[in-house]
Amino acid sequence: MHQLRHCTPMSKSQETSESQAAATARRAGPLIGLRVLELGEMVAAPYCAKLLGDLGADVIKVEQPGTGDRSRLRGPFPDDLPHSERSALFLYLNTSKRSVTLDLQTATGRGIFERLASDIDILVEDRAPGELSDLGLDYATLADANPGLILTSITPFGQSGPNRSHRSEHLNLYHSAGHASPFQPPSEMPDRAASKAGGYLGEYDAGLMAAVGTLAAVLGRELKGRGQHVDVSKQEAMMGLERVTIGRFANEPNPFSGGGPGGLIETRDGYVIVNTLEPRQWEGLVEAMGRPDWALAEWCQDPLQRRARMEEIQSHLSKWAAKHTRDEIYHLAQKHGTPAGPVRNVKDVMAWNQAREREFFRELVHPEVGAVDYPAGPYRFSVSDWVGTAAPLLGQHNPDVLGGALGYSNEELSRFADQGVI
Amino acid sequence: MTDASSNPGPLSGIRVADFTWAWAGPQGSLLLAMLGAEVIKIESHARLDHSRVHTLTAGSLTGGIDESPVFNDLNLGKQSLTLNLKKSSARDLVKKLVGHCDIVLQNMRPGVLDRMGLGYEDLQKVRPDLIMLSSSAVGATGPERTYTGYAPTFACLSGMVDISGHPDEPPIALSGSVDLRVGTASAFAVLAALIHRKRTGEGQNIDLSSTEVMSSMMGEAFVGYGLNGRVPERTGNRHVTQAPHGCYRCPDDAGDPQWITIAVSTEPEWDALKKVIGDDELERADYSTLKSRLDHQDTLDEVIGRWTAKSPNTEAVNALQAAGVSAAIVHSGKSLASDPHLAERGIYETVEHPLIGSVKVVGPPWKMDGARIPGPAPLIGQHNEHVLTEILGLTGPEIESLVADEVVY
Repeated sequence: MHQLRHCTPMSKSQETSESQAAATARRAGPLIGLRVLELGEMVAAPYCAKLLGDLGADVIKVEQPGTGDRSRLRGPFPDDLPHSERSALFLYLNTSKRSVTLDLQTATGRGIFERLASDIDILVEDRAPGELSDLGLDYATLADANPGLILTSITPFGQSGPNRSHRSEHLNLYHSAGHASPFQPPSEMPDRAASKAGGYLGEYDAGLMAAVGTLAAVLGRELKGRGQHVDVSKQEAMMGLERVTIGRFANEPNPFSGGGPGGLIETRDGYVIVNTLEPRQWEGLVEAMGRPDWALAEWCQDPLQRRARMEEIQSHLSKWAAKHTRDEIYHLAQKHGTPAGPVRNVKDVMAWNQAREREFFRELVHPEVGAVDYPAGPYRFSVSDWVGTAAPLLGQHNPDVLGGALGYSNEELSRFADQGVI
Repeated sequence: MTDASSNPGPLSGIRVADFTWAWAGPQGSLLLAMLGAEVIKIESHARLDHSRVHTLTAGSLTGGIDESPVFNDLNLGKQSLTLNLKKSSARDLVKKLVGHCDIVLQNMRPGVLDRMGLGYEDLQKVRPDLIMLSSSAVGATGPERTYTGYAPTFACLSGMVDISGHPDEPPIALSGSVDLRVGTASAFAVLAALIHRKRTGEGQNIDLSSTEVMSSMMGEAFVGYGLNGRVPERTGNRHVTQAPHGCYRCPDDAGDPQWITIAVSTEPEWDALKKVIGDDELERADYSTLKSRLDHQDTLDEVIGRWTAKSPNTEAVNALQAAGVSAAIVHSGKSLASDPHLAERGIYETVEHPLIGSVKVVGPPWKMDGARIPGPAPLIGQHNEHVLTEILGLTGPEIESLVADEVVY
């Protein structure tokens, strides 16, 4: 039973013409009709399934009865009070899904799971390699009942290899892929390594990469007449995103590292990055600075000499930047064709008129936390739309899915609940 | 490398007209090529893809425009067609080619292709079900649509840089990997559009903002701000709600510093860590709750650091993992290249480039039927004859004339 999901109402700060709003409201997601089952926790696998659901796929998330996805207990929370229906991490990563609780340690739970898996296009899961097999739910078994099934498995180090059963949090993943210190972990500060990126970036990387492989497998199914098992190693997904630098190390022992003038500069009210890869971008920066004498010197016209005297240039840039705000420098540099970007925090980004005009933030209403702005997808489709809906409460859709779609009676569902199956 | 003819790949039969250049755009078409799509890169001597010449991280590259390992890495298996878009007859050829393509990808500044008469409306006329994706710094609409950027600037605008790095240092800019995230999101959007087209017959135009890609990958911070008004702060390698959590130094290996990561997120994991480390100081009642461990992180890190200082990284990781603790080696580019797990996974593949020679590259990010490294990147204009004769049906003399007029250039 599939429901056409409509786009959420426009944010009230938007002024759009009536016809534009109406046209948007008619738009559906491009992945309407695709049926997804998700057995995942925390970030990577849930993000993969969220990406599909936000574009219209029908996603059923299977959660452990009682506790649900671990991310329900990771904040941030309103007032910093942990509450399993109020976790920002869960709320963001689980938009556009229905929640069903099943204990796969029980035979009944596994039986219900198999019934669900027999009638879907995609299963996204993140169990340790071998776990699904131990439960009798491996690819071969599921594909036997559903030859078109695409099973996307997302694990820290892949389904094979000596580290396949290794546990990993984001910290472990990020550094295992060489992203923080590709050239060499630091030795000068013996008590501190290079920092990873913030949030759960590497986990998001894995989820997005898995979503690409999954959609390709959907398209490939037409050619081969059957689905397949997609094995995503989070480590390898991240390595692919740093392929240029990492690749150099596989071919030469000490690849050169270094860039042109610019980079992170401190301003009056924070930081900004300015990049001058092309000569005309450097010239634009010179214009933006009002053509100071030091920049007009002969040596400064030659890119090679600029590179050689970078410290001197950085010193000049810092002095100039200290007199301006991040945003002043951003707009001034851009006006002269020089790439620049102010370091903004979440509050700044949510107030950014460019993001608001593009409706990048959409309001979703959730029964526990109410109306909150969520980042939507970074893509605007001319015919389709991002059609995200608020995350589900734990087991919210047991009646719809187990009762309605699978046909279990109220009495059966009651019994399952008593037994801890759901 | 998989033999493409024997295992065509899930996107076999899909043809892409690829105007992208630099890093972000080409990553998108690279993923499609790895999945079996035919990607025709349209480039020109009059406007070189800068990764043929230099990069932000490596500066100018030695060797000619066909010898860039960076360009090779980002353009594996694509075809190269040189068309000088300044010439109107080149633009006519583009339109003819697009008539034979499913997808157009581009990442020039918003408006540039439109002014050349090669915008979505123009191209849709020759291919009604065309799927076109344009990626840009901040999007093709809105007051800042003419603004330009690279990976570090998108990352700054997105909010990601602000939350990345040690709390007592400036934020970190991340790297070109940000570009590749943008390309990956582009591939995802294009595949979604392909699925839509299969169902409805409709193509569409897609406008992708690089900055929004990065913001999407920290969405919980925005939702969190909406819930409790808090702007998150940088935590470096630490975690707001978990301890112990960080990087610990191990003995050097052949003069290279070695580090491992340890991240404890459950009580059983804490118990397991204590057993492995075996230091009485960790057994103190002081550390029996998560709160106390968060409060005493510096002390705990010191104790753990004393143990790792004596434990070679692989041994330390294996001992911790055997006990059920999340631990891993902090890799560098160099150590990745010799890691035994990755060797068994076969993640590095070798391509034979006609000028550079044998080059190792990172393999596809999925182990799946039909995904492969589709061969080396093309020499500039390498496929002119193939595309112009086989797809567009031009004759030899016609092509010669186009070359003489610097249309094919």
